Amino acid sequence: MDGFFPELSLRLWTVWRRNFSVFRRLFLVNFILPMLEPVFYLVALGYGLGMFIKQINGIPYSRFIGPGLVSVSMMYAAYFECTFASFVRMIFQRTFDAIVATPVNVEEVVAGEIFWGATRSALNASLVFVVVSLFRLTPIWWLPAIAAIGFICGILFGSLGMIATSLVPSIDFFNYPIYLFITPMFLLSGTFFPISALPRAVQVISYAILPLSHVVRICRGLMLNDIKPNLLLSAAWILVVGAVAFFTAIRLMKRRLIK
Amino acid sequence: MPIVVARELTKRFDKLAAVDHVSFEIQPGEVVGFLGPNGAGKTTTVRMITCTSPLTEGSLTVFGLKVTAHPREIKAQIGVVPQDNNYDPDLSVIENLVTYGRYYGFSPKQTAPRARELLEFMQLTEKADHNVEELSGGMKRRLIMARGLINQPRLLVLDEPTTGLDPQARRLIWQRIRELKHSGVTVIITTHYMDEAEQVCDRVLVMDNGRFIAEGTPDGLIAQYAGSEVLEVAPENPNDSNLQKELAACGHFQQLGDKFEIFSGDCPDLLNTLRAKVALRSYGVRRATLEDVFIRLTGKELRD
Repeated sequence: MDGFFPELSLRLWTVWRRNFSVFRRLFLVNFILPMLEPVFYLVALGYGLGMFIKQINGIPYSRFIGPGLVSVSMMYAAYFECTFASFVRMIFQRTFDAIVATPVNVEEVVAGEIFWGATRSALNASLVFVVVSLFRLTPIWWLPAIAAIGFICGILFGSLGMIATSLVPSIDFFNYPIYLFITPMFLLSGTFFPISALPRAVQVISYAILPLSHVVRICRGLMLNDIKPNLLLSAAWILVVGAVAFFTAIRLMKRRLIK
Repeated sequence: MPIVVARELTKRFDKLAAVDHVSFEIQPGEVVGFLGPNGAGKTTTVRMITCTSPLTEGSLTVFGLKVTAHPREIKAQIGVVPQDNNYDPDLSVIENLVTYGRYYGFSPKQTAPRARELLEFMQLTEKADHNVEELSGGMKRRLIMARGLINQPRLLVLDEPTTGLDPQARRLIWQRIRELKHSGVTVIITTHYMDEAEQVCDRVLVMDNGRFIAEGTPDGLIAQYAGSEVLEVAPENPNDSNLQKELAACGHFQQLGDKFEIFSGDCPDLLNTLRAKVALRSYGVRRATLEDVFIRLTGKELRD
């Protein structure tokens, strides 16, 4: 019962299903409105800033940042779902308490929440990808691959969010991981300029501890048809760190929830 | 076979023993009340029974299954009405029930008829498609009770089911508990309302500081600890020496301001004696209640 590997069954999808029902009720607010964000980014950065930058490594700037926007949308969707939204369900709505009174256990609640965060990541990334391809900045046929990558990377970002959720004393404390981890990751992972432009030490740190840098590398490789062996290295990094984060999140949440 | 068997059941939070080596059994079809002041250990005990809080020591079986080994099988057959109204505010009334049914493994198709039936049972049919937040406090409580019945439980556990409700809502819930008992459901209820325990419980276990301090039927406990009647007298002078002498001779009484409550089962002629010897502003006799038992057993000091 107390092993490192959690006791999980298909019941975890009932937790996922609950969040999906709520999401569907607020479809416009949750899904259609966020579609505007990548449009603003592409117009402001791609065309505005792009007027001055023109090209990076021979690629037009708006094409360069497209994969960055897709990657960032994965991170934010999963991370926010598994921090603020999960925390509200856990503490303010006591939804988790209600669920664990049924045959669904704590491990399944946490896994269901993370998989839901991963689903949000896949959905948002797909949405941003479609917008980017409508601007003719990438071929549309990568959509299924982007959705799948969004789900897998969403498990990683969602698990990291859930680890924060298991540790914060109150909702205000989410500012620590956001300002110390998420914001630097947003800026230093090769989203808006190549990591190679950064000082050597920062490059090493970026690839060592910032998951987004690997996500960006994979998405950029695919979306710009620049497929190299180092994408596999990044994929391996994401799978390994994702698995460790997932099991750690479940373990820490059990410690928080079972009293 | 008993529904619940607890042996030397103990729960410690750090060093503090919230439940301290208690043993009890609950038989099929019983309505059992856990009574006690705040912090007595009632909620902790029921949380162990519902497999949501692990035990520290002792053994606990529900439906003959160990809670440590078979939590899922046990939880599948228990209905829970927790102290907090933890309904799902993001879903409508009917969606709350259907979603909850899904956690038990029922498809919406399977749950829907049962959900309608339960809304009818708890008089919420007209509210089926409303947002939960629009409901009154009493309706929210009834929804939580309907939700606790979605899996047709053999054992229903209610943690302070009527706290904060108006008299009509309380009576409806009590009536439903009695109906469930008649249909064969075993019920565990925690409360600090003594009228509630008298209304619905076949047997009560009085808890204080994590231990049982008394056990019996409501009537049995009243007869044992409070006698059949309580004499209430308000003397002109609470320090009157004759009064003090008679009270001391009689044994069990308590002073509430300038009024005395005397458990007069012990000395039937006391009222006549007092009327003859002491100047009384007012006096009266009332039926003893479980509340008298409770105050006598747990004292009148505030607990938290």
